[in-house]
Amino acid sequence: MVSADLLANAVAAGVLLGGFYAAVAIGLAIVFGQLDIVNIAHPAFIIVGSYVAWIVNSTFGFDPVLIGVAVAPLFFGLGVAIYRLYYAAFERTGQESLSGLAFFFGVMFIIEVVLIMVYGVDYRLVQADYIGRTWSVGFVDFPLRMLVPFTVAVALTGAVYLYLSRTFMGRAIQAVAQDRLALQLMGADPVRVKQWAFGLGIATAAIAGALLIIIGPVEPSVGRQYIGRVFAIVVLGGMGSIQGMFIAGLILGVIESMVSTFVGPSWAPAVAFGVLGLTLALRPAGLFGRQ
Amino acid sequence: MSSAVFWGTLAAVFAAGLALTGLVENEYYYNALYLILQAMLMAVAWNILGGFTGYVNFGSAGFFAMGAYTTVALHKALGLPLPLLILAGGAVGGLVGLGVGYLTLRLKGVYFAIATLAMAIVVETLINNWTYVGGARGFYILTPEKHLWFDSYIQMLFVVMLLLTLAAVAVSRILNSSRLGRGLAAIRDDEIAAECAGVPTLKLKLISASVMGAMMGVAGAPFPFFVTFVDPVSAFNLFIAVNAIAMPMIGGTAHWIGPVIGALLVGTTQEVVKVTVSSEMNVLIVGIMLVLFITLAPQGIVGLAQRLRARGSR
Repeated sequence: MVSADLLANAVAAGVLLGGFYAAVAIGLAIVFGQLDIVNIAHPAFIIVGSYVAWIVNSTFGFDPVLIGVAVAPLFFGLGVAIYRLYYAAFERTGQESLSGLAFFFGVMFIIEVVLIMVYGVDYRLVQADYIGRTWSVGFVDFPLRMLVPFTVAVALTGAVYLYLSRTFMGRAIQAVAQDRLALQLMGADPVRVKQWAFGLGIATAAIAGALLIIIGPVEPSVGRQYIGRVFAIVVLGGMGSIQGMFIAGLILGVIESMVSTFVGPSWAPAVAFGVLGLTLALRPAGLFGRQ
Repeated sequence: MSSAVFWGTLAAVFAAGLALTGLVENEYYYNALYLILQAMLMAVAWNILGGFTGYVNFGSAGFFAMGAYTTVALHKALGLPLPLLILAGGAVGGLVGLGVGYLTLRLKGVYFAIATLAMAIVVETLINNWTYVGGARGFYILTPEKHLWFDSYIQMLFVVMLLLTLAAVAVSRILNSSRLGRGLAAIRDDEIAAECAGVPTLKLKLISASVMGAMMGVAGAPFPFFVTFVDPVSAFNLFIAVNAIAMPMIGGTAHWIGPVIGALLVGTTQEVVKVTVSSEMNVLIVGIMLVLFITLAPQGIVGLAQRLRARGSR
């Protein structure tokens, strides 16, 4: 029989994990969902964020979340530069589908190998005084190393949601997703808007990377496990819908946590891809898709 | 290249490979050549679906590992000889390829690529949890005593891999230059238009996906005997998938010779760098070559050559 407290703990852990997944996937929800750029290197950028957090934290002892927020502008600049390259090489010539995909595959691989060459395959972790502590409500545990990332992730998702729906630039990003030509006719430059949006997507990777290394130790190839998760979340959430993506993140987190608890942790990696496969086969528009 | 020249070249290469085993003792060369040939076989296979038909497969390592683990399972259960194991690996890979072919009914472009990646991870999780073939701990396999008339087992494996790769290149050329290949090219350029023009798109996609899967399974089948220790990390190595994509992309995807050129260039560079610099650098170099080539020469080396020739004749 499944005991009630085990179930409650699994659900609570799943919700916290799912919220964090939303922070991991939100950059891709912008880049892939809104701009149709298949950035499979997104998890690799998140790992770079983790390593930046680790380096600064181990040298100066700053809080990882603060580091993530502080380096986000640098990541934004990096994202803009990558988009310029991507645009010049693929989008302008209309070859983005096959070549663009292989391009990001190559970028992902280069990031991973360079990290391995420079820092090795050791697991790295950060220090912060809240990491070891746990809050308990009744028999349900909320470890702070999960709760802090969850809170930051919710704040990040909310901020991106407000940005996309309330500000001029945010609406321009949504406009470029809906109708690029119409945006051009309104006198706006779609390339400039997309470059801004891509930068924003990569900037979230700095914060997500800091959260990732708070949750647990990180080594360069961890990013690969997140490819399936982020795409599962974005596709299940309906491509670019921020609310949908958040709910999809929670669903995936809870399912993964249940599978780890009741079946075994070694089966958890297949969950995301199973969810992704089922979604693609049964309802490609996702739960909240703009059909 | 005319047919006579093509078959003549294949025969000459095979004869040269056989002659090599009589002349050179040093096992390192067979190791290096085996790895280059294995990568070439994977690249030729990837190109049949990716290059000819236009469906990007990120799950190459999954097919490769299926071939390798078919060998492990059947070797442990029945102790079959190598030729039968290779056939079995090809059959398993081909069947899974057929399944992937059916995926193309619903999934196009990016979604198909991600689904193949998903397939590879799901298979990896299955293998990790399948204790009969060693699970996550891996599986040791003893090198068989017998190796025909060759001096060592690795020499025989090298000749086997040479034969398999040459066969794959021949199949790839036949597919590319036949009526079937023109159908595949039509699907790549515009699937709806091809369907309207009477190309049996589903049938062709299924053939192309099955052939790709079978070749990759065949490439993986001798792998356990080559490394003598297989675990999911080595069999599902991302490096295998990256190589399988990078080599055709660098050589040129539209023509059958593209992956062959790409594999010769990248594979040789890798082996040289592995010896002279370091084995991490050898991995990095593929990534860099891939990114450079697709940004600067999207048609690959074959495309560059064709452009040069067009300019020369003008």
